[in-house]
Amino acid sequence: MSRAIVADYRLIFTAGLLSLFGLAMVYSAGQTDTPTSVASVYKSQAVWLIIGVGFAYAVAQSSVRFIEWMTVPLYALSIFLLGLTLVIGTGAGTAAGTKSWLAIGGIRVGQPSEIAKITVVLMLAKALADRREPARSLLDLWKPAIIVLVPWAIIMLQPDLGTGIVFIGIFFAMLYWAGVAWPLLILIASPAVSLILSFSVGLWGAWFFVLLALVLWYRPYLIEGIVLMVLNVATGVIAPMMWEKLAPYQQNRLRTFLDPSTDVRGSGYHVIQSKVAIGSGGVFGQGFTVGTQKRLAFLPEQHTDFIFAVVGEELGFVGVTVALGLFLWLFLRITRVAERANDSFSSLVAYGLMSGWFVHVLVNVGMTLNLMPITGIPLPFFSYGGSFMLACWLAVGILMRISGEGRGSALSLRR
Amino acid sequence: MSFHPNDVARRASASTLTLCAGFVVLTGAFFRTQVIQNKQYVMQSEENRLRPIPLPAPRGIIYDRKGEVIAENLPAYSVSITAPNEDSLRSALNQLTSTLQLEPYQINAAIRRYRRAPTRPTVVLNDASIDIVSVLEEHRLDYPRLIIQSVPKRYYPDGPAVASFIGYTSEISETELNRPEFEGYKPGQQIGKGGLEKFYEPKLHGREGVRFDEVDARGRPVRGEGPRPDLTPIGAPPLYTNIDMDLQRFTAAIFGDSLQGAAVALEPQTGAVLALYSAPAFDPNKFTGGIPADYYKELLTDKRRPLVNKAIQGRYEPGSTFKLATAILGLENKVVRLDEKMPVPCSGGYQYGSRYFRCWDKRGHGSLALEGAVKHSCDVYFYQLGLRIGMAKMIAGGIKLSFRDKSGIDLPEENRPYWPYAIQYYNERFGRNWSNAEVLNLAIGQGANSQTVVSMAKFYTALATDGRFARPGIARVAPTRTPVYNLTRQQDSAIKEALAAVVEAGGTAGASALVGMKLAGKTGTAQNAAGEDADHGWFVGYAPAGDPANPPKIVVALLIEFGEHGSRAARIASAIIAHYLGVRTQLSTWAEGE
Repeated sequence: MSRAIVADYRLIFTAGLLSLFGLAMVYSAGQTDTPTSVASVYKSQAVWLIIGVGFAYAVAQSSVRFIEWMTVPLYALSIFLLGLTLVIGTGAGTAAGTKSWLAIGGIRVGQPSEIAKITVVLMLAKALADRREPARSLLDLWKPAIIVLVPWAIIMLQPDLGTGIVFIGIFFAMLYWAGVAWPLLILIASPAVSLILSFSVGLWGAWFFVLLALVLWYRPYLIEGIVLMVLNVATGVIAPMMWEKLAPYQQNRLRTFLDPSTDVRGSGYHVIQSKVAIGSGGVFGQGFTVGTQKRLAFLPEQHTDFIFAVVGEELGFVGVTVALGLFLWLFLRITRVAERANDSFSSLVAYGLMSGWFVHVLVNVGMTLNLMPITGIPLPFFSYGGSFMLACWLAVGILMRISGEGRGSALSLRR
Repeated sequence: MSFHPNDVARRASASTLTLCAGFVVLTGAFFRTQVIQNKQYVMQSEENRLRPIPLPAPRGIIYDRKGEVIAENLPAYSVSITAPNEDSLRSALNQLTSTLQLEPYQINAAIRRYRRAPTRPTVVLNDASIDIVSVLEEHRLDYPRLIIQSVPKRYYPDGPAVASFIGYTSEISETELNRPEFEGYKPGQQIGKGGLEKFYEPKLHGREGVRFDEVDARGRPVRGEGPRPDLTPIGAPPLYTNIDMDLQRFTAAIFGDSLQGAAVALEPQTGAVLALYSAPAFDPNKFTGGIPADYYKELLTDKRRPLVNKAIQGRYEPGSTFKLATAILGLENKVVRLDEKMPVPCSGGYQYGSRYFRCWDKRGHGSLALEGAVKHSCDVYFYQLGLRIGMAKMIAGGIKLSFRDKSGIDLPEENRPYWPYAIQYYNERFGRNWSNAEVLNLAIGQGANSQTVVSMAKFYTALATDGRFARPGIARVAPTRTPVYNLTRQQDSAIKEALAAVVEAGGTAGASALVGMKLAGKTGTAQNAAGEDADHGWFVGYAPAGDPANPPKIVVALLIEFGEHGSRAARIASAIIAHYLGVRTQLSTWAEGE
């Protein structure tokens, strides 16, 4: 017996608008001079949208407690499915060489990583909400770390760097929302930063001193501080030395393992064509369905990874601003939902789902302008893909429920 | 964990700020790309999808004086290919080799064209047969980057008859592309390679047009009409010439296959070139768009040297045709009077110092004045005249009469005739002790004197008129006349009468007279430099002569290689003149009478 709640119309309206906008762009992406199989994908995308909305409705009819109760088995199931991709997985699109798709008899049935994004958020929220006090030391965070690390490791084995980045984004965002102090977040991230800065001795040195100062000021447990510093030295000094020792073909193998799109010629071409498409759109765009870069097949993956370039080319700066505005509006609304949620689990789930989407938008849209590396990460509600559309609307359903049960919601006002 | 409402509110506002900042940065990046850098990307997008296809302009049509077509353009098909890089061009050519029957040299030529202008469609064949085109059209989809275009191709309806002045067209060469006068030309374009086609190349070329084909990422054309307006090729205006095609054909026919030599027919008052022919000729149509190797080799090895233009390039001793120049110089320098006879009469030769100089006629001519000396072409008279003039004045006079200058005809291949530049010429050639006897040779048109057929024709335009000669011109432009000598009226008419007497009974070309009209002229024999072969025969003359009311209408200079003597040349020249003026030759009447 569920309580009757009033829907969060602003949330569902924004998500619906984004989905219709996206569906229109998927339709346009298929309108090429030499027709390809993309011409008809908008139909299946529409079907997936309807299914997704149905799921969202169903989830919104349940309760947050039920969702919380389902969290552990769902998480376990998604880990199992992720593991399965390593055995019977295949690739698609810009990441054709990877195994992110679950395939049965050569037919791709879905990307478990999309569902895993939700279950990891749920699981993290459950773990973090169970704690009474905010984590003060690194050791306090072993549970959330394991929760993310397991699926992350599987995904990096597929390998799918983009999705891996999303998990890291979700992890840090949720720790922040759970009240973990920012110096601790920086300390957690420090080995990765060391790795990134390791190409320059000066930069890495400066970073190391900043880190040292942070450790002395924040005063974590001695052993943790030492472990952290050692880890930073390892990633910042020893890793590059080992890298140098590798033969070029080994370096390349590692590079392609981490990022399948390091094929510089291929991806470089993609990004140039994407920028040309967006830049030639101007203020008002070339017009819906008539963008030449897309129409004449200069734009690659125009219905999936580079769909935002179609928006830029055909609808111009105005269309881009409207799309980005809708995303911002949605994210601000979800932040509000997280702020007003009834309990910490709900609040963390809402914030986690939002941050996942935010990373998606930032990386995908940034990629079309060459501000981000090409990682083959889709744009929520826009990019063609069944599991992703389904996952997005499942998340909308969860958010609807959380919003409905939350303080300051329509329900609480009516009471 | 810390979910105190105050903490949550603080984190929520920090999140809001982060989100807004992120989206502001993204929107800013799009603003820069789409609004500020818009033009640059629009250009790149157009470069991506619009492929410019050059449309060759038809060359100017060349007409003769009566509006007959000498050079025109016929439709032909060119096959070209666009390629993103050399490797892809090579593989495409390899694919096409069997269909197009490409020779290795054609493949190499295509690759050179590509290297020169990689963004232009690379011409593979510039005159593909209809069979090849139809095969290619059938396989249109297999070769998306192939472009088959209808292009104008040069054609000369009269072929070999006009080869001596028309030149030919062919693809611009690597070296020509580097020259400043071909700035703006592109590889694969057809240009004039000789004759009028080359001389008037800038006028005949026209302006190339451009069609923009929209292509997809694979280079396949997707739309017929371009989204950008085409640049229509602008054909060059026609070139009107002075050539009389009827006379030109007659001249070519009279030389036939057996005779070799050259003829130039000028209008004496204007210098208009009525006909210009060098025998044997070649077929300029076979040269269009590249000379077939075997044909070129055949022409090169032909002993009759068809590739040497004997009208403007070949240099021959003028022989007796030059005696008129000696006569004029004698009169101008006042070293001889019209009625004055030379001290030594002609007895078949002349003793000068230790050497004996023979007259062409062993029997001798007796004592002659200027008029008779010209009529009989008496060498002994002119030896003595030469001695009177003297070497210095002889050389200076020859230079004044333009025997060291090109005629100025509007053909690029013309050679400059040979004539000593000064006495130093002999010093350099023979040292200090050369004999004054050289002036005897010069006086009868031998020695260090070689003239082209066209330069002799030009000199006789002065004789036919009033001492001013006209620059020979093929294209119809305002005539240029230059005074070259100054004789009294009496002297002038005496010279003219002497020339007319040559072609009368008893003259050296008596057999070449016309019926009802006076023909004036002078025969000549050029000693063959090789010495073994027969001499070359000259005739230069004009008609009608001797009638002030009916001034000369045509000057003909004609040389028959190995023609032995000028009388044979005179008969052919007389036939050409008769044909042009619509009269009959004495010879043809006799033939009919027999």
